[in-house]
Amino acid sequence: MGINYLYPDFEVVRNQDRCISCRVCERQCANEVHSFDEATGRMKADESKCVNCHRCVSLCPTRALKIVKTDHTFKENANWKGEVIQDIYRQAESGGVLLASMGTPKDYPVYWDKMLVNASQVTNPSIDPLREPMETRTYLGQKESVIKRDANGKIITKTAPQLKLEIPIMFSAMSYGSISYNAHKSLALAAQELGIYYNTGEGGLHEDFYQYGKNTIVQVASGRFGVHPGYLNAGAAIEIKMGQGAKPGIGGHLPGSKIGEDISKTRMIPLHSDAISPAPHHDIYSIEDLRQLVFALKEATAYTKPIIVKVAAVHNISAIASGIARSGADIIAIDGFRGGTGAAPARTRDNVGIPIELALASVDERLRQEGIRGNVSLVVGGSIRSSSDVLKAIALGADAVYVATSALIALGCHLCRTCHSGKCNWGIATQNPELVKRLNPEVGSERLVNLITAWNHELKEMMGGMGINSIEALRGNRLMLRGIGLHETELNILGIKHAGA
Amino acid sequence: MQYVIIGNSITSVGCIESIRKHDTTGAITVIGEENHPIYARPLISYLLQGKTDEQKMTYRDEGFYQKHGVQVLTGRRVEKIEVEGQLLRLDDGSSMQYDKLLIATGSIPFIPPMKNLEEVEHRHTFLSLSDAKELEAELQPSSRVLIIGAGLIGLKCAEGILERVQSVTVVDLADRILSSILDEEGSARVQTHLEQIGIRFHLGDSVREFCGQEALLTSGKVVGFDILVLAVGVKPNIALAKDAGLAVNKGILIDQACRTSNPHIWAGGDCSEGWELLSGERRNLALLPNAYMQGETAGYSMAENEQRFENAIAMNAIGFFGLHIITAGIYQGEDLCFATEKGYKRLFIKDDHLVGCILIGDQVARGGIYTNLIRSRTDLRTLDFAMISEQPALMAFAQKVRSEQLGRAQ
Amino acid sequence: MKKIYVNEQWCLACHLCEYYCAYANSGLSDMVQALKDKPLHPRIQVEQRGTVSFAVNCRHCSEPLCLKSCIAGAITEKDGLIVIDQDKCVGCYSCIMACPYGALMPSESGVMQKCELCATNSHGLPVCVQGCPNQAIVYEER
Ligand SMILES: Cc1cc2nc3c(=O)[nH]c(=O)nc-3n(C[C@H](O)[C@H](O)[C@H](O)COP(=O)(O)OP(=O)(O)OC[C@H]3O[C@@H](n4cnc5c(N)ncnc54)[C@H](O)[C@@H]3O)c2cc1C
Ligand code: SF4
Ligand code: SF4
Repeated sequence: MGINYLYPDFEVVRNQDRCISCRVCERQCANEVHSFDEATGRMKADESKCVNCHRCVSLCPTRALKIVKTDHTFKENANWKGEVIQDIYRQAESGGVLLASMGTPKDYPVYWDKMLVNASQVTNPSIDPLREPMETRTYLGQKESVIKRDANGKIITKTAPQLKLEIPIMFSAMSYGSISYNAHKSLALAAQELGIYYNTGEGGLHEDFYQYGKNTIVQVASGRFGVHPGYLNAGAAIEIKMGQGAKPGIGGHLPGSKIGEDISKTRMIPLHSDAISPAPHHDIYSIEDLRQLVFALKEATAYTKPIIVKVAAVHNISAIASGIARSGADIIAIDGFRGGTGAAPARTRDNVGIPIELALASVDERLRQEGIRGNVSLVVGGSIRSSSDVLKAIALGADAVYVATSALIALGCHLCRTCHSGKCNWGIATQNPELVKRLNPEVGSERLVNLITAWNHELKEMMGGMGINSIEALRGNRLMLRGIGLHETELNILGIKHAGA
Repeated sequence: MQYVIIGNSITSVGCIESIRKHDTTGAITVIGEENHPIYARPLISYLLQGKTDEQKMTYRDEGFYQKHGVQVLTGRRVEKIEVEGQLLRLDDGSSMQYDKLLIATGSIPFIPPMKNLEEVEHRHTFLSLSDAKELEAELQPSSRVLIIGAGLIGLKCAEGILERVQSVTVVDLADRILSSILDEEGSARVQTHLEQIGIRFHLGDSVREFCGQEALLTSGKVVGFDILVLAVGVKPNIALAKDAGLAVNKGILIDQACRTSNPHIWAGGDCSEGWELLSGERRNLALLPNAYMQGETAGYSMAENEQRFENAIAMNAIGFFGLHIITAGIYQGEDLCFATEKGYKRLFIKDDHLVGCILIGDQVARGGIYTNLIRSRTDLRTLDFAMISEQPALMAFAQKVRSEQLGRAQ
Repeated sequence: MKKIYVNEQWCLACHLCEYYCAYANSGLSDMVQALKDKPLHPRIQVEQRGTVSFAVNCRHCSEPLCLKSCIAGAITEKDGLIVIDQDKCVGCYSCIMACPYGALMPSESGVMQKCELCATNSHGLPVCVQGCPNQAIVYEER
């Protein structure tokens, strides 16, 4: 075995006075942390396997368990932090790229938390959303910037295809494969009930889910998995995935071991073959190439569905967005560097890309300056954590937001960030039928509906406080935001004043 | 409408409860010879054992008759049924008219001839509460009790009194105990258990004659005793029916709606002989569940809401000093045996159907699942028989069947 | 009438229902006190084999065979609820012989026990259903 340089990150603390040896923890931990000691009649734990997902803690009927962060420590300093040292030990042992899941945990500034929202006092009365109408419905798609008339002088009312959202929040792309059948079904059911959309991700659409097509966005990614005319026409919109916030510039790799019967059928690839998404689309090297794909997809769907182009937030995002807005796309989705992932190289996840807040502000500004803001709707994602994040995103210029991590947390995810192990104890990021079963879509969808409904209530309340009664009036209304603890450059990019100013 | 029921016991309760589900107004009268609130006979041994008392022994609440609008005549005996006039003659000289009559007269002890039996002073049968109370009154810590009959009633009696007397000896003509419900292995196991607890047996033997406080057995053995209990068996109490000209065999012959040969008369319970499912023949099944269900069936039919009781089988649950036994059906066809240190199981399979089972000790848990397989005539090819023969479990059924069982209103 | 139904597909074989049941019927207000280092006597039982599992408890049949078979009149029906009077029960096992689901079992004292939908203990609503993490058992009208 050699020397083990790594000390377990967590300690499993069991209150033996409370433990009744029901063995639920043992049965429910796919990491096989807990076991029953016949000799003593007591439960014991091997904490080296614990990933701190809290499945056991949540199910323990006597609350006998807690998982604590170990206070074992390296002789660290500000530069050589414990995790840095650990990573080196790990790579010295494995010789491999470090893999990680979910959004970056690194301590980069979260601009949402550095912006404050306005409220009306005296001159501009606030609105009580319980008594007065408050509109959170919004439409995504190209908007005409001029009024057009026909030969008889009548106004032409026909617009480009739109997505109608009852609440300006959508579930962003998570492929069937990276998440489970039941997770997908939960999202689909919730989207249907909420009058919003969920996104298939790049793994195709399971035949069982065609029935939720009206609330589905189908994705076309570099691997083109599961793409066929039926698929393209199944959803309400098509999204071309150019990039992902957690791993800009990187493709994807779903190992053959996860390509079971169902997934192979859905993705249209051979059983147990690796599903490799190339880093680029091999047919897209320019905005012109992108335009070809956009129109190819429009042709395939008879111009009835809006086309979304999803990109990661990177350094030149505003120029890129400007190009996309001219490509014929209807919606641009921008994914910030905190966006989640089922698996990404840790270094990419933690070091590549830019914060979504800055990307959004600069894109919105650039499109306005160029007079093409109406060409596209803007959807932003990458760690939208609460209704106030949603509100601030809209005030910064977004038409709607994408949430993935928050949705998974609602489904039970505890951000243990070991999705790539395939042993998700909550039945979300796994294909093991025994684990998938743990997520009953009836329960899951109800929790999602609750979450988004709650956010919607909060949104309305805050909008009311600002004296604003529709999303339209909030969008790009940066006067409603003030920065706190931000320096000049940041304020400039965000296009907001400092608090007090 | 005048419903009349002869006999105030389990069959009658079944009948009253089902009549009232459909006819809330017709008059119901019950005539019962016994002078007690309604009780179940099987409890009399538990009474002697102290596991129940007279209060708890009542089979239905105090308010039962009133709630069901029933008039009860206790301590009254029906002497004669006059079928032409639809009239009953009672022992006090009165008479009663009926529109619909249920005969639920139960069973009476069967007593084989034994020399000098009449001369035995402390002599008992063990069938009714009065029997039990009379027996109890004579029990002394020094009593030596001799029980004739190692069947259900004799052994239950033995269990009930063992701890209150000096000794209990059981004599039976059969060479093993509980021979009507157990196989040899089963009998042997139960016998060992009972002997360990202190009951003595003389099997394959019988009383040749009584001589004062001694019984001389055919084998030549002599058994001294103070109290004698006769528990050789019971027979259907059919005197009234026979006398009235109803079709009878051993018991009163009934169809699957519990009708007798007379259109105004129904019968059920221990006194009757109805269709048994597995043999396809008429059988007297002197068992409590059968009594209730026949009474219930008769009641439905009398209230003109006919339902047929088509799956009557023999089924017994009995236990002695913590050793429990469940048996059901008939012991024919191929068999499967499982024996553990603490239990024994034997299943009988005929033409892909379970037809009988014997479960003893640690094998009795969830035994109803087997009984149900027998009663419902389930084709064993539709389930995982290897699994279910190992242990009764719903797991062995097809998933579709199970989702019916557990996911549907029953 | 509301009853407990099983959604087998969602059962995780965690056995929590058994523990909640035993606790609910212990009469104690503390689960640890009720169950720690004691044999478990739940009225609901999880059957498990390979990857299939489901909980079984009394179905509260409209034609209750246990009631019809009870030699003591200890089992009665009240508004569709099948209840057992443990004071009257003598532990003869006739109900076990009769129940097609194997839903009755002896209690610690030897007399029978069965699920009474928590209507006869202090919990009011079936505790197993409340404790099920995945709605594999539900309490509803069907
Ligand atoms: C000791 C003992 C233990 C038993 N144990 C079990 C057991 O464990 N399990 C089991 O399944 N079964 C058992 N049985 C059998 C069970 O008791 C009977 O199957 C059941 O009682 C039959 O019910 P019944 O209503 O048909 O008749 P009974 O209970 O025999 O009732 C008949 C009633 O009719 C009355 N009657 C008769 N003639 C007249 C008349 N002319 N006028 C008025 N009234 C009349 C009688 O006095 C009696 O009260 C046991 C029986 C005994 C005696
Ligand atoms: S991995 Fe999850 S279930 Fe297992 S011990 Fe850790 S926290 Fe509990
Ligand atoms: S064990 Fe108890 S409840 Fe069950 S049939 Fe016997 S007396 Fe009735």
